[in-house]
Amino acid sequence: MRPLTLGRLLLRCSVLALILFVVVVIALKLGAVQVSLYGLGRDLVRVLLGQSSAISSDYGMIVVDIRLPRILLAIVVGASLSVAGASFQALLRNPLADPYVLGVSSGAAVGAILALMLENQLSLSPEFAGLITPFGAFLGAAITISGVYLLGHREGQIDSNTLLLGGVITMSFLQAIITFLMSTLAGGNLRGASFWLMGSLSTLPPRSLLYLVGIGSLVAAGAIYTTASDLNLLLAGEREATHLGVDVPRVRVVVYVAASILTAFAVSVSGSIGYVGLLVPHAMRLLFGSDHRMLLPTSAFGGAIAVVIADTIARTIVAPSEISVGAVTALVGAPFFIYLLRRRLS
Amino acid sequence: MSTPLRTPMPSADQPRLNPDARLSVEQASYVYAPNPSQAPLFTLEALSFQAKPGEIVAILGPNASGKSTLLKLISGALEPLSGRVFLSGFATHALPPKIRAQRIALVQQESRLLFPSRAWEFVLQGRHAYNRRMHFESEEDVNIARNALAQVGATHLSDRWMDQISGGEKQRVILARALAQQPLLLLLDEPTLHLDIGAQVDLLDSLRHLAAVNRYTVIVVTHELNLVGEYADQVVLLQKGKCLRVGSPASVYQRELLEQVFQAPLTVEMTVAGRPRVTLLGKT
Repeated sequence: MRPLTLGRLLLRCSVLALILFVVVVIALKLGAVQVSLYGLGRDLVRVLLGQSSAISSDYGMIVVDIRLPRILLAIVVGASLSVAGASFQALLRNPLADPYVLGVSSGAAVGAILALMLENQLSLSPEFAGLITPFGAFLGAAITISGVYLLGHREGQIDSNTLLLGGVITMSFLQAIITFLMSTLAGGNLRGASFWLMGSLSTLPPRSLLYLVGIGSLVAAGAIYTTASDLNLLLAGEREATHLGVDVPRVRVVVYVAASILTAFAVSVSGSIGYVGLLVPHAMRLLFGSDHRMLLPTSAFGGAIAVVIADTIARTIVAPSEISVGAVTALVGAPFFIYLLRRRLS
Repeated sequence: MSTPLRTPMPSADQPRLNPDARLSVEQASYVYAPNPSQAPLFTLEALSFQAKPGEIVAILGPNASGKSTLLKLISGALEPLSGRVFLSGFATHALPPKIRAQRIALVQQESRLLFPSRAWEFVLQGRHAYNRRMHFESEEDVNIARNALAQVGATHLSDRWMDQISGGEKQRVILARALAQQPLLLLLDEPTLHLDIGAQVDLLDSLRHLAAVNRYTVIVVTHELNLVGEYADQVVLLQKGKCLRVGSPASVYQRELLEQVFQAPLTVEMTVAGRPRVTLLGKT
């Protein structure tokens, strides 16, 4: 008998944090323009000391102003999607649940696009412009997950196959709407359809939006973490969890709202990057077991690592051009999804 | 166990029928209806019984007799349409989830686990109701879980995976989790359903022992006539939502009554210990 202790949790998280650091350093170095490790270290120290102006070389500018923010964004997006995926899997009792597969990402994208259109109409001041997007995305995500939950609910029980099918159909329906909106109403500062359908980290969103997304995601992930031990019991079903002392309606509301926020904020800055929320929690479960007090934080780190790697591949593999990061995650994720589905059916 | 009571005490105008009773079901009824305007699908008519600490009560009846509904009323999962279900003076359905889990433990027909866990992890889940949010299990929780496994004779299963042990072993671990809740009331829903005869007798022997030692009030839902006859202190006999009889097995087990309820010819004889024994006969 070896119950989870805080020490073991922190140890594993620090190992993952170390791996993330190494991955980030490598990602900073790689790219269309080569940067030396020494120059990289020197420039990073200058940034940390608040002497960004002292960085003289163009290479330094590339690292600090282009690659570093992009990598930080990848960390936030990867962590958010993975935590959202792990919580959807527990709450829906479905190992194949993922914000993308369930259509929640597409719902968030539709919400974000509509919000952007509204914003163009309203002609807000530049500080507020962009801040509407995450709220639109949140509404889109929340409505979609409620709809998919109702679709998958039959006679008071979640039917996991119906749920999954409902999610996939919802996704394809919403993607058709995205394509329609993009082709008929495009213009202004809307990004391309491929951004919303496949995801990309190539354009950095405005700074105010970045802060909102960063802080909001942290709060949402924290809220989910307060329900970590409840989620452990929910794996056995809502009825059984209730009898073990879980306030199921409260947990359901907290996790749905928080996971929708995580998905929505990630989508509003990076489009729909798929399968991260599916792959990463499964990998972490294999490594560390399915206790959510361990799974949620390790998934956050794992997701950050995965998306940083995927985005580095996306921007270097056909350099100086680049492919969308969602294409990279889908290339790995879709076959893995099929594998899990086959294993579950057998 | 010192637990802060958060529910209000029942008011004085609700008299106890029997001050010794731990569980008191008073004229409790329930109706399932798709919506109020339509005819009900199933009705559990008002019924009453009481149970003391250390007592084993069997809820007995054929399929669709209302056994599970009655169990849900007792466990607090459903609120009675009329009447009351009290556990040590508190209405079970009104208890907050955590307090309820500290007092009532339910052993259900096995549920499929989404991701595999080890037996000890499973048993520790019984301590959830005692821990604050984000709290890691204490040394005390671990000891209680270990003790619970020992009480059901499953210490050797502690490190095994739940999906790799036999049905009888699994039932023991599930029972151990219920014990780790340190309940007043132990509810078992068809606990012998997937067990062979040896495992059934083992399980009921441990239940009798646990009820005596830990002073649990045990409620078992089943249709195993002979196990009930041998082990129960009290029988609640149900048929089609009606409670036909409440009493000791010897008083409830009458040939005509059981034949009519279970729709099968049978004979009833008394053993030396005063326990009834049922033999099923063919219909021809």
